[in-house]
Amino acid sequence: MATADPRAAMPGRLHGLMLRHEMVLAAILVAALFVLSLQTDRFLTTDNLLNQGRLMAEIGLIALPMTYIIITAGIDLSVGSIMGLCAIMLGYGWKNLGLPLELSIALSLLIGTIAGAVNGWFITRVRVPPLIMTLATLALYRGLAEGISQARSVRGYPDWFFVLGQGELLGVPTQLWLLLVATVVAAVVLARTSFGRMLYAIGSNETAARFSGLPVDRCKIAIYALSGFTAGLAAWIFVSRVSTTRSDMGTGVELDVIAAVVLGGTSIFGGTGTILGTALGVVLVQLLKNGLALTGVKGDATIVVIGSVLILSILVSNWLRARRGVD
Amino acid sequence: MAIAIGGRTRRLRRIVVGQEGVLLAAIVLLFLVVGALNPRFLAETNLQSIFLGNAYIAVAAIGMSMVIISGNIDVSVGSLIGCMATLSGSLAVAGWPIPLSWLVPIVASMAITSVMGFLVAYLRIPSIVASLGMMSILKGSLIIVTGGAWISNLPDGYALAQMRPLSVPMPVWFMVVLTAAAAAWMRYSAAGRAIYAVGGNAEAARLAGISRERVVMMVFMVHGLFAGIAAVLFATQLSVIQSTVPPNLELTIITASVVGGVSILGGTGTVVGSTLAAVLLAAIGSSLIFVNISPYWLRAVQGVLILATVLADLARRRRQAAHR
Repeated sequence: MATADPRAAMPGRLHGLMLRHEMVLAAILVAALFVLSLQTDRFLTTDNLLNQGRLMAEIGLIALPMTYIIITAGIDLSVGSIMGLCAIMLGYGWKNLGLPLELSIALSLLIGTIAGAVNGWFITRVRVPPLIMTLATLALYRGLAEGISQARSVRGYPDWFFVLGQGELLGVPTQLWLLLVATVVAAVVLARTSFGRMLYAIGSNETAARFSGLPVDRCKIAIYALSGFTAGLAAWIFVSRVSTTRSDMGTGVELDVIAAVVLGGTSIFGGTGTILGTALGVVLVQLLKNGLALTGVKGDATIVVIGSVLILSILVSNWLRARRGVD
Repeated sequence: MAIAIGGRTRRLRRIVVGQEGVLLAAIVLLFLVVGALNPRFLAETNLQSIFLGNAYIAVAAIGMSMVIISGNIDVSVGSLIGCMATLSGSLAVAGWPIPLSWLVPIVASMAITSVMGFLVAYLRIPSIVASLGMMSILKGSLIIVTGGAWISNLPDGYALAQMRPLSVPMPVWFMVVLTAAAAAWMRYSAAGRAIYAVGGNAEAARLAGISRERVVMMVFMVHGLFAGIAAVLFATQLSVIQSTVPPNLELTIITASVVGGVSILGGTGTVVGSTLAAVLLAAIGSSLIFVNISPYWLRAVQGVLILATVLADLARRRRQAAHR
């Protein structure tokens, strides 16, 4: 969108642009780390940072497919509700349907994938705009979660179930390993495979992508299904971390995730964005929340800072882009 | 729009088969069916709670409809209403003259949405991002300032929403008069038409000499006006104000706009539709209890309703395109 001259080496230019945004983010991150560690000595400790990694896993995982989706100029507002639905199905299948817990987990992941695929199907085949489709399913999936559970919670899971959410592997929280691996895979797929290039192509000019013979519809259904699957995975981690199942789980997660992705430099208009940027965005949001809480800022007040940072970072990167456009 | 020959029948047809007609029919049908199943649904107290308790949602949906028609969205409106309701109550308790405690939040609300309008129109931040940021800021600020405490001991004469001029409750007056005024403004004034123009085709609007920046700015300010009025109605309907953000309020308001026929693609829709939809949604919410369905299914019903409306809208557009 910013590059007025398509003949100039697009990927190179685009790359430079993104790098700038990520540099800005990395600078903010370092500055925040520095300032916060001066304020309190409980912030920059291994224990605290690892614990933050544990809390970050759900948002971080969902942010990966969300980056893909926003790169194609789409959006998925229903991820928080899918998370709630999957959490409920996990508990419901085990407690009420009497399934083995393993099967119930698989069922909930499957339902998450289907929920995402339904979004993708309507968006591509019926041409419902992503914002409105996922707004509808934001209400619908949460409604199903509430209706099925009737606001009853499920507890009493066996010990092995808590390994994912509360366990450790080589001193690092289990779900942080999962997040790290998923992030690397997502980054490689986006940057180094034809599938990744296709996402950028769809986001920059969908019509052109279609005429070039790219399977646009199938690709979009796949990423929305992936988003649903990941939300299911996040639900599993979340239930395992807090040891109970409730229908309001994941409420508002979509906003945290979108904030992190947009903060990471992915344009809401599609066509640009990187997984590295998203990862930085996720880390920045989590550390700001934690650091401010430790320095005595009341819990919910930290969202003021996050909202401001979100708007400011877009302003700065718009300004950088405009300046580059002038050059 | 109306062509001289057959203009009247065409207009009539549009009213009957248009979104407003469908909504009106749905409301009547709902009242008849649920009333037949359980006559207590039609009792005066229940009808009152449907209209009184939800009129502020219809008022807020008017402004939201304009925002969506202009091709934007505001997800912060729920937090805005929560903040302004708290502001209004705090001023009244602090001993400000009552009319001021109604007016100041409305002006403050317009100031806040102007900031958002400026970000969207002139600094070109997408409205979803700007309002997402604004939502965090408002929600957080509210908690910092109030600590979530309830506001009570409101002075006499403050409860605007409980007044009944000509024995019609005040919120209903506001809902009807504001809807009519906004509908007329959007249909007949140049500024109102400009909103459709910008939302329908920004480039064509620009070539016609309409400034997108100014129209978007104006839309957000008008939206702030309606959100402010909605906040005052919300604040004054009970004798305490909870000083928290009502959960999912923004979603309910956006749902009313969309189900009312405002196309999220921008450019089409009416505020009459959004008000009817707000009434329909409120009636559905209330009816579930009367036909023995657990209220926990309400949101699923809302979701299905949005989806059905959008699909019907798309189908209608496609049929129209095929006829051309």
